[in-house]
Amino acid sequence: MRLSLRELIRRPGRFVTATVILTLIAVLLMFLGGLLDGLLRLSTGAIRAQTADAIVFSQSSQASFLRSRIEVADRQAIASADGVDEVGGLGVVLLGARVPGNGPRDLANVALWGYELPPVGVPAPPAPGEAYADELLRADGVEVGQEVLIGPARTPIKVIGWVTDTAYNGQGGLWADLGTWHQVLAANRPDAMLPDGVVQALAISGPGSPADVVAAADAATGGRTYALTIPEAIDSIPGVTEQQNTFNQILGVTVVIAMVVIALFFALLTVERTALYGVLKAIGARSRTIFGGLVVQATVVTLIASTIAAALVIVLDLLIPPGSIPLYVSVGRILLSVVLLLIAAVIGSAFSLRRVLHIDPASALGSST
Amino acid sequence: MTEPALRMSDVRKVYSMADNEVVALDHATLTVGADEIVALVGPSGSGKTTLCSIAGGILEATEGSVVVGGEEITDYGDKELTTFRQNRVGFVFQSVNLVPFLTARENLLVVDELGRREGRPARERADRLLGELGLSDRSKNLPSQLSGGQKQRVAIGRALMNEPELVLFDEPTSALDTDLGQQVMELIRSEMKSRGTAAIVVTHDERITSYCDRTVHITDGVLRS
Repeated sequence: MRLSLRELIRRPGRFVTATVILTLIAVLLMFLGGLLDGLLRLSTGAIRAQTADAIVFSQSSQASFLRSRIEVADRQAIASADGVDEVGGLGVVLLGARVPGNGPRDLANVALWGYELPPVGVPAPPAPGEAYADELLRADGVEVGQEVLIGPARTPIKVIGWVTDTAYNGQGGLWADLGTWHQVLAANRPDAMLPDGVVQALAISGPGSPADVVAAADAATGGRTYALTIPEAIDSIPGVTEQQNTFNQILGVTVVIAMVVIALFFALLTVERTALYGVLKAIGARSRTIFGGLVVQATVVTLIASTIAAALVIVLDLLIPPGSIPLYVSVGRILLSVVLLLIAAVIGSAFSLRRVLHIDPASALGSST
Repeated sequence: MTEPALRMSDVRKVYSMADNEVVALDHATLTVGADEIVALVGPSGSGKTTLCSIAGGILEATEGSVVVGGEEITDYGDKELTTFRQNRVGFVFQSVNLVPFLTARENLLVVDELGRREGRPARERADRLLGELGLSDRSKNLPSQLSGGQKQRVAIGRALMNEPELVLFDEPTSALDTDLGQQVMELIRSEMKSRGTAAIVVTHDERITSYCDRTVHITDGVLRS
C-alpha cells in the first residue's frame, strides 16, 4: 500500500489523465443527480411536506388532485372511521400570477393550495385572501407584503410569509385557507368549481401505521374513495416515476462508464508495469499485495476526482441564477455519487486482477527489459 | 559441518509446448558451499536462468530435489515459495530493475515492506548496507539520479537486505563497461565473503569467473564443472 501511495505522490503525472476523465464523469454524475433531485423537489415538495399519514382521492381520480372530488358525506364517513383521528381538506389549482413590478405577460407559475392540516414548515391556515408563498417564487419577484393577482380573474392574494420546499408540478406553492382556494377556483376555473364543503382530497392521520390508516379510510367509504400513503401519493404524481427511472438509467450508465475508464486505465498501467511487478514478485511480493496497491491507487484517484468534482458542482450551483434550472445540490447526493464511483473504482480495478495473478516472477530473470 | 547454501540433486525442468517437450534443465546436480561464489557460464538458451529460477524458488522443478540453506523447497507451492523468497534468497537482476519512484534507501526497504516488516531493524540494516556500499550520500536519490554503477550497488544492497543464504546474480555486469564491471565484481566478492553468503553469478563473460571460487558450465541444460 505504501508503495502504491508513494507512486501516486512521486509520479502524479501518470494519473493526471485518469483523474481528469474521472473528474468530468463525477461532475456529470453529481450534476445529473442534482438535476433529478431538483426536478423531484419541484414536483413533489407539497406532498412530501404533508404531515398526514395518507391522502384520500375519489375513486375515478387516478390520484390526480384536479380530477378528484371528495363529497361531504365521504369526508364525514372517513372522519368517523376507527383508525382515523385527523382529517383535513386539501385542494390545489395551477394558475399564473401577476406580480407587481413584472410585465403584464410575465406571469409567475403558482400552485395555490387550500389546506386545513398544516404541512411541515407551513403555519396554520392564514386569514381569507392571504397566503404563504414558497421561496421558489422569490425568483419571480414575489415579496412578502405584496398582493399578487391570481389567474385570468386576477383574484388578489396577499403574501404574508415564506415557506420552503413546497413546490408542486414545477410551480411554486401558495398556501391559503380552504375558503380562499374555493374562491380562486370558482373565479378562475369555473369548470372545476366545487360546492362548499367539497374538497379535492383529504389529508388523514391515525394512531396506527400509514397502511392501517389507508385501510380504515378505504373501508369507510365503500369504495367511493381510495387512500395512498405519502410515498405512494408522491409516486402517483404524473411524471415523477418516469423522471426518476430515466435519470437513474442515465446515472447508471455514467457509473458504468466510470468503471470502464478505471478498468482500462489500470489495465494499461498493469501492462506497463509487468516488468516491475515481475521484479517485485521475485523479491517476495504477493499478488494480493500488488493488486491491493492497484485498488488503493484507483480509490485515491477516484476520491481526488470526486472531491474536485464536488467542489466544481457546488461552485456551479452558486453561479447558476436561482430558478433558472432545477439544480439541487445536496450533501447526500454528493456522498451517494462518491460511493457509487468508489464501488466503480474497486470493480474497475478488479479487472486487472487476472493480469496481476498471471505475471510470472521468472520474467524478472533473464530479462533485459 | 556447515549446511551448503544450495544442494540441487538430479533436477530436471521440462516445458510442454504444444506436442513437444523442451528440456531446459537435464538432471542437474549442483552444490554451492555456504560462502562459495560459483560462476555459471553458458550460451543463451543453455538453461542458466532456469537453474537460477529453480534455485531461487521462482520456478518449480519437474523432477529432483532442491535444498537451500537446509530448507527443502522441492514441493513448495506458490505461497510457500513467495515466503521463501522473502526470507532466504536475494536477487540481482540483469537490468538492475530498481523501483523507479523509490529512493535508493526505499529500494532496500521495499524488501522488508513486502516481507518481514521488521521496521526499525530493517531501516538500520538498510543504512548500514548503503554505508558499506558507499552510497550513504545517495540514499535519498531516485534511480534516475544514480549512475549505472551506483544503481548496481543499490541492487546488491537490496539483494542483501533479507540476509539471505544465497544470492543469485543474473548477468550483473552486462550493462556496465569493463572497468565498472570489474569494480562491481570486486564489490560482490567482498560483500559475499565478508558475510559468508553464497552466490551464483550467471554470466557470458569468462573474465568474470576470476572473481568466483568455481566455474560451472551449462550447455543445453546439462551442467559440467
